[in-house]
Amino acid sequence: MAQYSWPKRGTASLIGTEQDRIDGLPKATGMAKYAYDINAPEMLFAKLLGSPHAHCRIKSIDTSAAEKVRGVKAVKTMKEPGNEIRWQGDHIACVAAESEGAAAEGVAAIKVDYELLDVFVNEEDLEAAERAGRAQPLKPDIKTPNEPGDDDDEDEFYNMEFDRLFSEAAVVVEGYYGVPVISHMCLEPHGSTCEWNSDKLLAHLSTQNVSGTASQFGDPLGITADDVTVHCDYIGGGFGSKFAADAWGVIAAQIAKETGRPVKLMLDRDLELKIAGIRPSGFIKVKAGADSEGKVTVWDSRHWGTAGPGAPGNVGHGIIPYVFNPPSIRRQQIPILTDTGPHRAWRAPGHPQACAMSQTAYDDIAAKLGIDSYDVFLRNLPKPSTPEQAHRDEIYRGEMEVAARLMDWKAKWHPHGKGNAKGSIVTGLGMALHTWGGSAHNSTCIIKVHPDGGVETFLGSQDLGPGTRTVIAMVVAETFGLPISAVKVNIGSSRYPASGPSGGSTTVGGVSESNRRGSQDALEQLFALVAKKLQVEPASLEAKKGRIQVQGEPSKGLSWKEACSLLGMKPLEVQGKYERGAEPSPLSSIQVGGVQMAEVAVDRDTGVVKMKKYVAVQDMGLIINRKTAASQIYGAVIMGIAYALFEERIMDPKTGAYVNCETGDYKLARLGDVGEIVVELYEPDSEYKRGVVGLGEPPVISPGAAISNAVANALGVRVPVLPLTPKRVLEALEEGRA
Amino acid sequence: MKAFEYAAPLYEADVLELLSAEPGTTEILAGGTDLIGLMKKMIITPDRVVNIKEVASLGGIERDSLGVTIGAVTTLDDILESPDLDDYPALKQAIRCINSPQIQAQGTIGGELCQRPRCWYFRQGDGLLAQAGRLVAEGENRYHAILGNLGPAKFVHASRLAPALLAVEASVRIIGPGPEDETIMPLADFFRTPRHERQREHVLEPNQLLTHILLPPVDGFTSASYEVRHGEGPDYPLVAAAAALRTTGGLVTQANVVMGHVAPVPWLSASAAEALLGRPVNEATARAAGEAALVSATPLSGNGYKVKLARVAVQRAVLLAAGLETGGF
Repeated sequence: MAQYSWPKRGTASLIGTEQDRIDGLPKATGMAKYAYDINAPEMLFAKLLGSPHAHCRIKSIDTSAAEKVRGVKAVKTMKEPGNEIRWQGDHIACVAAESEGAAAEGVAAIKVDYELLDVFVNEEDLEAAERAGRAQPLKPDIKTPNEPGDDDDEDEFYNMEFDRLFSEAAVVVEGYYGVPVISHMCLEPHGSTCEWNSDKLLAHLSTQNVSGTASQFGDPLGITADDVTVHCDYIGGGFGSKFAADAWGVIAAQIAKETGRPVKLMLDRDLELKIAGIRPSGFIKVKAGADSEGKVTVWDSRHWGTAGPGAPGNVGHGIIPYVFNPPSIRRQQIPILTDTGPHRAWRAPGHPQACAMSQTAYDDIAAKLGIDSYDVFLRNLPKPSTPEQAHRDEIYRGEMEVAARLMDWKAKWHPHGKGNAKGSIVTGLGMALHTWGGSAHNSTCIIKVHPDGGVETFLGSQDLGPGTRTVIAMVVAETFGLPISAVKVNIGSSRYPASGPSGGSTTVGGVSESNRRGSQDALEQLFALVAKKLQVEPASLEAKKGRIQVQGEPSKGLSWKEACSLLGMKPLEVQGKYERGAEPSPLSSIQVGGVQMAEVAVDRDTGVVKMKKYVAVQDMGLIINRKTAASQIYGAVIMGIAYALFEERIMDPKTGAYVNCETGDYKLARLGDVGEIVVELYEPDSEYKRGVVGLGEPPVISPGAAISNAVANALGVRVPVLPLTPKRVLEALEEGRA
Repeated sequence: MKAFEYAAPLYEADVLELLSAEPGTTEILAGGTDLIGLMKKMIITPDRVVNIKEVASLGGIERDSLGVTIGAVTTLDDILESPDLDDYPALKQAIRCINSPQIQAQGTIGGELCQRPRCWYFRQGDGLLAQAGRLVAEGENRYHAILGNLGPAKFVHASRLAPALLAVEASVRIIGPGPEDETIMPLADFFRTPRHERQREHVLEPNQLLTHILLPPVDGFTSASYEVRHGEGPDYPLVAAAAALRTTGGLVTQANVVMGHVAPVPWLSASAAEALLGRPVNEATARAAGEAALVSATPLSGNGYKVKLARVAVQRAVLLAAGLETGGF
């Protein structure tokens, strides 16, 4: 078997170029069919009854009136009397009807008696959480130069040790920072259309896990996954929340089975926000000490947050402080259980909150010392601690230089709160940096080369955003020396060879691995046939510009079509397979990072923050498609601006109702809000040679801290909690004055 | 959505015949940008929906010596594009602030004035007075009223054009309930704070129809609108203000200052006007007007910041109406 490899730098014809998405036109014209667009003949529309109460027990459910509503074909309960409900919107029953309207009417006609229970949703108030018995503090994680002796009382020892460390620090900052819960707000809500053909289920599911959801339907329906096909050609947003078939997918399939009619169940917007996943909150109290140049020597923090009613899922202490690694650390994580919808992975789980909770404190150290934040970040760059992170500090340094140049940081910089005001308008700069793994997921594909020259590839992957089809086509076309248009990419069906879910920034790495391997193997078989025909050594051949030829001698070769005709009657079918193993792969790697800088303007009279300019510098190993890579970063930055300035879940403190659960009230950044965004792909030779590393998540990590830091730099006052709304900015200014 | 009967009459009299006297049983459909969402959520569940966009007499913009008459189903874009309304910059500025091609193309001026409040308790089915104001007072009220909020109504009126129209002293023509009934009333009298759930945010009976908006000649009024908005999208403003000024010899002789999104009705501030009368418009007097406008503010637990914003909005609207620099972005 051939040694798998990427083309030597500078020799590729497609890898590393900018290519339009091959499915861009169908997406832009509406020809692309998302799960929400799938309509089957005789289809029923289903809707869920969600609990109006955040914490209650069901006493009784009466569906008789709902069953009599005109057009209603099925009413199914999903909870029983006695069940406890732990969040508003939790699914209680499902109604399927001839129209959406009739389904909604049916839902409204279901009568449920509830016993109301105590509600706790305001996790920002740690003392209230403790009083309510909802705080579950974990043991502090401590690292200090001196360890307690056998006879020492541990708490007492560490308290004295930290007192000593802080007394030795040139500057000490005490800060409070926070990031509230946000929802995923997928443009296409969760859901599916389910249809049966005799005993076989076809589920058109909006999913980021095409190959992994069939058995989730099969088990509860009493069939096996071989009788289930999951189909998803296009997905309208997932961000980590769409790995599962979900109870509402299964109930749609059940009703479809029982009624003998296809059933469509896409969550209404309010339920989408209430039940289909949230990003956990994070609030932190920090005391940090640094030397006179801003190098942090000691960090002491307690942070808390909620991931919903269940097990701890808030930000882990291992990434506090974020990226930086001071010599002495005491950090405690306090999960808080609330009567709110459960969390799901949200683009780089934990990292955006950790970054916004801690790199803000580093910036406050710069503010207190009156020195440039850039220098403080530079002085605190971590020394590499794992093999994957080798040279990471050098890469950060390089990325900081590029970012500073693109932002014109040095020329624009002023100490915190000391810029020139134009009327009530002040401007400021802030930065942050981030880290991520991004290793390739397991992926298998089948590459078919037809005797007439046709090429196609099949794999059960999906396009959550990275341009999966385009990336695959580029990899296969590069290998075969063909144009992108010559490769037919088939993804989106669980009938195809299994490929990993799109989570953890693993997709481009995974599908590149399988398709490069498969196409390199296929090419080797073609080379053997061509070599025999031309009476040359297979190793002397190359695939280039639509020909298979002796290297550098286009006249001594065959066209791609002629070469494929040597296959005879049957297509060549080759499996490309990548499994994560202990050995490093020559095609992909792990560990990326990035540096981002924000420039904002703030109206001190209204508290309105406007983005002026945003610079994102990102490494990702070897870049397949520079255009889709940049698109991922633009999207991540815009999403970051949204949670920095606009987004938050707002709960009624007494009832636990999610009050802003509609698009009109759940605020997001619009194009007019994002300012100028400059994206720079950082790909020095050291990164190119590492192969592909995923990038979907990392660029969304830094914006919260970078923008908060920029606003603090503009105002000279920290607005502690995101999003930086006019209300919060004005309240912080008020407090800063007092 | 509850199943409903749909009617699309061609004449004003037919509209009246189709409307019921009983609140909540019939609804008027114009642009539908608000109504449809409320019906889908089953916050309102009419038995009959009466589409008035086919009624020819309700459309169009006409200008004569008595001023400008705007039909209730005229779209916001048509108003924006009409040269007959160039003298009323406050109105056009308020439409531009909506910043939504869809709503501007589809939404009508009548619907804009009659749209329902954005209060999230109302829109999740807790009623307009949100269980007698208790939910709002004890709950999440960051966008709620800071004036006129001592009764159960603590929502803010949703209209973004009302402050501008009130500032230039618009009137409205109302017909019904009888086929011959016709009233012209100052727009200021059209809005009211509801006291119970069967009342709306205006004085129309369920079987009456708002047909036209009447603007008097400008006659020396200069006007402007200013909204404080969280972002650049189509979201509703945090607060808004409109001002119309008449000046002689550099001194203000008449001032109308109206705030939006601060109270259950668009809030005409006599004290802001008072602060300007007989004085030149400059930063100090505009600020004084802003201060005066909010003297009686009664913010709720979470919306004190809106008092500051409303002051700024008034100040900037006044400066803008006088053609001066407003500051801000």
